[in-house]
Amino acid sequence: MPAFDEMNGFGQCIRPAYRTIQAWFENSDPENLKRLQKEAEFLFRRIGITFAVYGDAEAEERIIPFDIVPRVLTGREWTSLSKGLTQRVTALNRFLADVYGAGEIIRAGVVPADLVYQNPAFRPEMVGLKLPHDVYVQIAGIDVIRTDDKDFYVLEDNARTPSGVSYMLENRDVQMRLFPDLFAETRIQPVDNYPDELLASLRSVAPISAPAEPTVVLMTPGPLNSAYYEHSFLADKLGVELVEGRDLFVLDEVVYMRTTRGPKRVDVIYRRIDDDFLDPMVFRPDSVLGIPGLISAYRAGNVTLANAVGTGVADDKAIYTYMPDIVRFYLGEEPILKNVPTWRCREPDSLRYVLDHLPELVVKEVQGSGGYGMLVGPKSTKEQIESFRAKLMADPDGFIAQPTLALSTSPTFVGDGIAPRHIDLRPFVLTGADKVRIVPGGLTRVALKEGSLVVNSSQGGGTKDTWIIEDPADDVASPSGLSQSQSQAGS
Amino acid sequence: MLSRHADSLYWLARYVERAENTARLLEAATRLSATPILAEGGRNEWEMAVDGTGTLDLFQQQHAEATQRTVVDYLAFSHANPSSIRNCLDIARANARSVRTALTMDMWETINSGWMETRGVNSPNLTRQELSNFLSRVKELSLRFDGSAYRTMLRNDAYYFLRLGTFIERADFTARVLALKADVLDPNRPSIGGSSDYFQWSWILRSVSALTSYHWVYRDNLKPNLVAEFLILKAEMPRSLVSCYENVTLNLDSLSRDYGRQGASQRKARMLLSQLQDTTLPGLFAIGLKEFLERFIIDNANLGNTIAEQYLG
Repeated sequence: MPAFDEMNGFGQCIRPAYRTIQAWFENSDPENLKRLQKEAEFLFRRIGITFAVYGDAEAEERIIPFDIVPRVLTGREWTSLSKGLTQRVTALNRFLADVYGAGEIIRAGVVPADLVYQNPAFRPEMVGLKLPHDVYVQIAGIDVIRTDDKDFYVLEDNARTPSGVSYMLENRDVQMRLFPDLFAETRIQPVDNYPDELLASLRSVAPISAPAEPTVVLMTPGPLNSAYYEHSFLADKLGVELVEGRDLFVLDEVVYMRTTRGPKRVDVIYRRIDDDFLDPMVFRPDSVLGIPGLISAYRAGNVTLANAVGTGVADDKAIYTYMPDIVRFYLGEEPILKNVPTWRCREPDSLRYVLDHLPELVVKEVQGSGGYGMLVGPKSTKEQIESFRAKLMADPDGFIAQPTLALSTSPTFVGDGIAPRHIDLRPFVLTGADKVRIVPGGLTRVALKEGSLVVNSSQGGGTKDTWIIEDPADDVASPSGLSQSQSQAGS
Repeated sequence: MLSRHADSLYWLARYVERAENTARLLEAATRLSATPILAEGGRNEWEMAVDGTGTLDLFQQQHAEATQRTVVDYLAFSHANPSSIRNCLDIARANARSVRTALTMDMWETINSGWMETRGVNSPNLTRQELSNFLSRVKELSLRFDGSAYRTMLRNDAYYFLRLGTFIERADFTARVLALKADVLDPNRPSIGGSSDYFQWSWILRSVSALTSYHWVYRDNLKPNLVAEFLILKAEMPRSLVSCYENVTLNLDSLSRDYGRQGASQRKARMLLSQLQDTTLPGLFAIGLKEFLERFIIDNANLGNTIAEQYLG
């Protein structure tokens, strides 16, 4: 069966969300589209080089291809999705406050103790620490997909230092510059207030001891980091200093930055650097990127780190499988966003099933990331499957398995025309003291290779502008009935 | 602003200025190497170009002979010369990258695209035409950088630190070129006469691109005491020591006004400026031109250190 297509559904008709797009692209001269695609690349390269700033050859590698056909969701679809995201991230924060606090969810037997306390991402330094407003994950990137028009599934929670938001903003910029006509015909919710929302969230979680106008900084590992352009881009948009570890120092458990006017107190650090490198006195002693004494200032409650230390224990693949239970436990609600069905190989029944169905499953290492140490059953040879079977049997605790999903497709410009390609979506969820903020949209990633399900930029993935449009007037009455059940999704 | 950012801006400007100055030295050498006159003491124009950068010792450790090939390689491309044009541009760009948020888009694009364009040029066996193109591009980079800073930057501390770098580096360069030829500028020295003197004086002016403007200001032939006056005491000459120090003082004063606080840098700069302003041509030669310039080079470097201590630490 072909995958669900965001424009054509299962082939019955054009879905209302895509009507404008479809008409526009159908009436466009393919030569003109080619020209626009080229121009987009040029613009993006210029912006990309402007920010990415690698040498010639590298700069080209680092620029992620941009596709000119936007990905569209209706307001109705978005409302439901954003409710689900709010619910999910609220539960993630409650979970973190709990596992570093009373540990009720473990005592209740919902999540096994060893998965939390033996987890390499669990940070004993965080135990018993009270964070401002109990916010641990101020910035989350939740990767979602769907296989039909009903439900969104969460593929992965990113609760450490999720990246990609600069592409969300740049994509919109380029799209508006090249397709002014399309924007004149459609009302699209803006994303350019993201930096304001981010700053508001960060300020709201400043330490209680901070002044009314807290000083926020963005901390980067430095220009050699692959996401450096995003760090400098965001610092610029936020209007805050882009600092490295050597710009900061700790005196009497207070963090200061070295400025031309002398030391200046820092209240909130939006850090884009991993836990391990934050403070050589507590974590890796060989790290020169961090700030000696930072954790002592943190524990004294004199500085806020966003995200908090130790959030990795919540976005781990083993914990992922418990997320629906975690949502129910803390919020007493049914999860709005679904989990991809997952077999935990640590459980004997599941392991048996997985071993019997290896050729059709995707098996992942619990601690792995970026597609390493993974078996994609349908794309593997007999030998690969057998050697993986041995690995799996030697250490079942280290693996989970999932069915191979047919991610939805979206029309994509592929050189000589429009063709369907698989996509996912990473919305960015901001949590402040007062509320959860989600800019309508996110980063849509697309697998540009025909048939490919891998959207990662390292493996031929590209990005699209993501549109949240006003609900088409006839959406509910759409003859296909394909868009009707969105708001009840998942319940 | 962050001290590290101020430091990066200051050095960004210094290295861009240094790259331009080195390019001008190479242009002067190229030009003179096409004339038949030889300098006294067996020194050729290529060796003088190296000496103008103050690194003759380092050069002689690396090369037995100063020829077009060895000097162009050393001054333009060598990684073994910390102040080669290549190294200057690499360091300038690295600094620009680390203060990306403090630069305007125009400034960043100038540095980045200039760096990309010139990094492909590398052969020590360039033709004269290729060398000339390369040097033009380096000068253009510097001019565009200067112009885009002037036209697009906010007038705040970032701008002042950038300008301080430019003028401290420029003053250093002008003083070094003059010190190198202090003896031939001394009016009390017995003249060798003829074209050799003219060659020395015009080399000085060419190295700081001041030959034409000299004629506009003095409407006279080259005279050694006037060359010295022009490059040290004439405020209308933008590369003169007085002009550089007017600008250094101006930018330091702007900083202290913004920050509401004066410091050692402001005091030192004002002192140096008033010394320069109070100096007369006869006074200059009474002290001894060489002594005066060597003193100035040290004072200028000390001011750089004081600025670093006060703001960039």
